[in-house]
Amino acid sequence: MELKSLFIISIGSIFINNFIFARFLGICPYIGVSKQLDSAVGMGAAVTFVMTLASTVTWLIYNYLLAPIEANIFYKLFSLSAPPDLTFLKTIAFILVIASLVQFVEMVIQKTSPALYKSLGIYLPLITTNCAILGVSLLNIDENYLFIESIVNGLSAGIGFTIALVLMAGIREKLELADVPKSMRGIPIAFIMAGLMAIAFLGFSGLKL
Amino acid sequence: MSAFKEFSKGIYAENPVFKQALGLCPTLAVSNSVENGLGMGLAATFVLVCSNVIISLIRKSVPPKIRIPIYIVVIATFVTMIDLSMAGFFPALHKSLGIFVPLIVVNCIILGRAEAYAGKNNAGLSFLDGLGMGIGFTLALMLLGVIRELLGNGSLFGLPMLGAHFEPVLIMILPPGAFLTIGFVLGFFNWLENRRQNN
Repeated sequence: MELKSLFIISIGSIFINNFIFARFLGICPYIGVSKQLDSAVGMGAAVTFVMTLASTVTWLIYNYLLAPIEANIFYKLFSLSAPPDLTFLKTIAFILVIASLVQFVEMVIQKTSPALYKSLGIYLPLITTNCAILGVSLLNIDENYLFIESIVNGLSAGIGFTIALVLMAGIREKLELADVPKSMRGIPIAFIMAGLMAIAFLGFSGLKL
Repeated sequence: MSAFKEFSKGIYAENPVFKQALGLCPTLAVSNSVENGLGMGLAATFVLVCSNVIISLIRKSVPPKIRIPIYIVVIATFVTMIDLSMAGFFPALHKSLGIFVPLIVVNCIILGRAEAYAGKNNAGLSFLDGLGMGIGFTLALMLLGVIRELLGNGSLFGLPMLGAHFEPVLIMILPPGAFLTIGFVLGFFNWLENRRQNN
């Protein structure tokens, strides 16, 4: 485990494979919550927080409960002849864990910090069906990341999402004043803007690390 | 007549992608070719129809407070089924759709129909509703797929269409092309709607 590989993972997730512009994960909140700068920052913070937490928890669940390896808890607990392969339960297990995690985080924030709850609260329930959260958990497994790499990947993916969301919100606030053709107002012009920004982000794909 | 309307509304009048702006992540990600769009659309249609029917059958015994987790488990079960079958029967398609097959679970069209329709109506109507919405989603994916593959690769279903002199517009099959295409297509549908209202 080197610091360098963690750095490469984090630059990769923030810029080169940005969740919005290169992987198309989390487009619904991206279009829905990017109308105002304040709410974009709030949503970005909530997503980054839940993404990091979800990467941590789903990695542990996959490697200690589902994967057919020596460390499988069921293998030790019931002294089975071979480690059981429960990887087909991955999708169901992950989505349930993420849904309960979001609910749990919501309750904790509500009890401990009413101010934070007030600013993040309305975005938290939306996050359960944000495909970026399940997406980052599945990608960590597909890429065979180690524990610490998964956490870094989750955090960086969240930062990348926040950057995209905040940039977009800044542009859309200005766009309110622009004279856009009637048919293109609202969502269509937001997509055109996203396309132009995606072209800019495409430049990062030439980055050699 | 009304049963037919439940089926047909998903195809144009309430098309999940163009009119409701739902399920955008898979729409943008897998529409780089017609074949991927068709595969993704059919997989989502299967999940949509099955989950709609099951949810409408169990709707009276589901406690309202925990209905969302229950819906998600039903949906995730069918997604796992389609994920494993696709990996077995169409490994090439499964590989090119990649992470977006398990991500059908969080496709907002499916949970949206469960919440808005299947939780309130009987199984027959929910079946028609799911089928209509699924076909509408498939057609939307294929429309984007046709535009992007034709312009970006000069082909349809992998067969060359525009001859040797055509210079492919590579950007169309790259990520920015997805955003630009859906922006202009949504704008076009808005323009049609505006013109219809003016007449």
